[in-house]
Amino acid sequence: MSTRAEEALDRQATPWLFACAIATALPHAAHQAYWLSAASLLLLGWAVGLWWKNERLPGRWPLILLVIAGCGGILIEFRTLFGRDAGVAMLVLFMAMKLLELKSRRDAMVVIVLGYFLLLTHYLYSQSIPTGIWLLLALWLLTATLIRLHGGASSTRSMSLRYAARLCLQAVPFMLVLYLLFPRISGPLWGLPSDAHAGMTGLSDTMSPGSISRLAQSADIAFRARFVDTLPARHKLYWRGPVLENFDGTTWRPHIGQGTPAALDKLSPPVRYELTLEPHNQRWILALDAPVHLPEGLLLNATLAATQRQPATERQRFQLAASLDYRFNVAEDSRTLQRNLSTPRESNPKARALALGWRQTSGGPKEIIRKAQDLFAAEFTYTLQPPLLGQNGIDEFLFTTRRGFCEHYAGAFVFLMRAAGIPARVVTGYQGGEFNPLDSHLVIRQSDAHAWAEVWLDDQGWLRVDPTASVSPARIETGIVDALAFDEPLPALVQLRTDWLRNLRYRWEAVNNAWNQHILGYDPQRQRELLSRLGLPETDWRSLATLLGIACSLLVAAMTAWTLYQRPRLDPALRLWQKALRQLARRQVHCAPWETPMALAQRVREQHPALGEPFQNVVDAYLRVRYDDANDNLTPLREAIARLRR
Amino acid sequence: MMLKSKISALPGPPQPFDKILNDAGQIILGKHTEIRLALSCLLAGGHLLIEDLPGMGKTTLAHTLARLLGLQFSRIQFTSDLLPADITGVSIFERDKSEFRFLPGPVFAQLVLADEINRATPKTQSALLEAMEEGQVTAEGQTRPLPRPFFVIATQNPTHQIGTFPLPESQLDRFLMRIELGYPDRSAERELLATGSQRNRAEALSSRISPAELPAIQQAIAKLHAASPLIDYIQALVDATRHDPAFQHGLSPRAGLALLSAARAWAWLDGREIVIPDDVQAVLPAVARHRLRTAQAGGQAQMEDIGRLIRSVAIP
Repeated sequence: MSTRAEEALDRQATPWLFACAIATALPHAAHQAYWLSAASLLLLGWAVGLWWKNERLPGRWPLILLVIAGCGGILIEFRTLFGRDAGVAMLVLFMAMKLLELKSRRDAMVVIVLGYFLLLTHYLYSQSIPTGIWLLLALWLLTATLIRLHGGASSTRSMSLRYAARLCLQAVPFMLVLYLLFPRISGPLWGLPSDAHAGMTGLSDTMSPGSISRLAQSADIAFRARFVDTLPARHKLYWRGPVLENFDGTTWRPHIGQGTPAALDKLSPPVRYELTLEPHNQRWILALDAPVHLPEGLLLNATLAATQRQPATERQRFQLAASLDYRFNVAEDSRTLQRNLSTPRESNPKARALALGWRQTSGGPKEIIRKAQDLFAAEFTYTLQPPLLGQNGIDEFLFTTRRGFCEHYAGAFVFLMRAAGIPARVVTGYQGGEFNPLDSHLVIRQSDAHAWAEVWLDDQGWLRVDPTASVSPARIETGIVDALAFDEPLPALVQLRTDWLRNLRYRWEAVNNAWNQHILGYDPQRQRELLSRLGLPETDWRSLATLLGIACSLLVAAMTAWTLYQRPRLDPALRLWQKALRQLARRQVHCAPWETPMALAQRVREQHPALGEPFQNVVDAYLRVRYDDANDNLTPLREAIARLRR
Repeated sequence: MMLKSKISALPGPPQPFDKILNDAGQIILGKHTEIRLALSCLLAGGHLLIEDLPGMGKTTLAHTLARLLGLQFSRIQFTSDLLPADITGVSIFERDKSEFRFLPGPVFAQLVLADEINRATPKTQSALLEAMEEGQVTAEGQTRPLPRPFFVIATQNPTHQIGTFPLPESQLDRFLMRIELGYPDRSAERELLATGSQRNRAEALSSRISPAELPAIQQAIAKLHAASPLIDYIQALVDATRHDPAFQHGLSPRAGLALLSAARAWAWLDGREIVIPDDVQAVLPAVARHRLRTAQAGGQAQMEDIGRLIRSVAIP
């Protein structure tokens, strides 16, 4: 064989490689820095232009300069060349650069292999259904291109595509076996770079004016819940996140440190539900107030928030229960109470004065709370676009702007309560959710993010007060869409008011949820369950690997058997002929598939005169029996071949 | 009897075709393959198109074959002012009998040599080509059968020459084969220069066969055995032209049939009673080239295209 790798690439194959580069790199544009996508696009455009005009590709030095410039750009952007983002950016850039170097078949192979690798990197970012479909199509294209490269100009587009589709389909049984039997790993993938979980949306552990209203403009799903019995009333669906006790004048932060464990009196029977949490890179679980019966591995902290030990970097499922009516920490320790009374000195004097006034004139905490609620109900507007606030934000909000989102109301309320001598704190989390009737899941989005307040009263413990409910009762009763005016910047997906569109979204989310629960949610636990149902309890990774090996071997054996069965039975004359050809091959005479026996005999006569006559006899006998349907006497051919061996 | 003899040691063309090939080879010097192809074409019952530059011996070849096969021969020189009636014939009014009488044109012959066919207008060309296809001539509302056997050997100049009307694909398809003669090699040319023009010697040839024998021979050839691996091979070749991006379109089913019958005639001329892949490969360029157009240049397929086609199809 000649060195095919060095052969020049045929011109018709190049567009296939362009398509491969686009298919494998395009989805990365969604999360990459703009300059990277623009640079890749420019390089691609350049390569396509050169191909179109049939011009020479750039030489070695411009390419080296490009590589250096690309690496420099990535170093400046990411401060490293390693890690998930920098690594992927480099691969995408190199893919585009390689298109300027498509000279030989070897270069084309590099593009293909790089393409297969790039396919894999998409799963580091998204494992959704559209990603899966796109990558399957890209896989198909890459395989077809590989076939096209090997087939040369004579393999047509449809032939390559069909053949590639067949190869991909043949891989499906192996994919299923590997999916079911490959040892599943809980927790993050090994060796996944540490930056892989940056940039996830979700509640943060601090709250300042604007932080929640920003979050509420995202339609991303925060988590899903499926209730075992009936869905509780909407105004009782408070999903508790971090509880914020420390206030510095603008930002609320959680108190770090141990408190007394939460003491909970359940006042209603527990409501059981299953919660599927999307990754948000934080430790809290966002359980429904108030969580009871936490599963193993979860903790309940002093502020009644459920947490786990590791940040949630992948989708998780929990079986939880909640008591919707409860009494909590009736006996609170004095340090905690003291902490929840403190306000930054000399800040927001007007608000402080207002609260002091209430304290002096009213009969007790309940009346003060009602006064604050009345204040909000009277002249305040609930909006996602509040004006910016300055140094004494709460004063400005209460007396000047009077427009705000839930964090403004919760913050101002807690400040007023503390100034009036009632222990109070901010609770952040989510409120409500949207029920999808198709799969009976309650979907809670980032747009359902919420902040409310808790006050501590003698004999009653911590009591939930939601000041937003006073401003905009609709927010709690029916949801954020009805609570806000039409022109608020809520995501379009959340705002859908048309029935069929909403239905379409329900359907899509139900499909997605099924995908998450059944395909992506196949974890070690489920794998164990499946295997024990198959009669294989107690499997460790060793027995899994054995099982995997056996299953794959069986599959290969079955497919081989099928192929052999499908292969047409060779004509006996042809089999004998191939035997003769093998003997020729031992004497370094090889027969091309298109070469006729007579032409071959001629060549043998020229190369090996001694062999000429015996081989001519073989050819004669073979032609007699092969090209004459009436003649099936193989003996002359057998004898001729036997004489050839001598 | 033949079954027992070795294929490589067959006696060659059956009587009297060995003599026919031999005689023709002495007139057209150094063109044994082309003569053999032309003869195969006629034996397979097809029409032959010879394309080459003027003065390469096209007419002499046609002439020689007509003489050797003892066929009744007529020659039409195509020119740009030739009319269809000049080929098919006209009715003239006979005053004594007071009626029209049909004067058959030159096409009423067993072998018609249509010289420089692409110098006539398409209308005239198609008059001849219809006669070729149907084996009959319809003139003035009356259909008259042509004599049997009926062959047309047409010659044409390369289409890029001045004053030519190229034959459209549909009419090219009616020729079983198209061959080119090409320049003679050195020794043949020298001999030619030494002995002078061969045209007159062709006139002096006597027939080696009577026209009445020809149909029986044609029938024997048409019955020649083609085994299923050979049919597979022809099918694979035809199929390959349909998937080869180098060609604008593939070969038609009629072309596949033409390939098989030409291969049969070639095998028969070898003295074989079975058809083998060599026969197919031998006649493929003559049968396929004028029916295929290359995708790139748009012209007729070149020898290299056919070579590539052969190399892309494995022999079953």
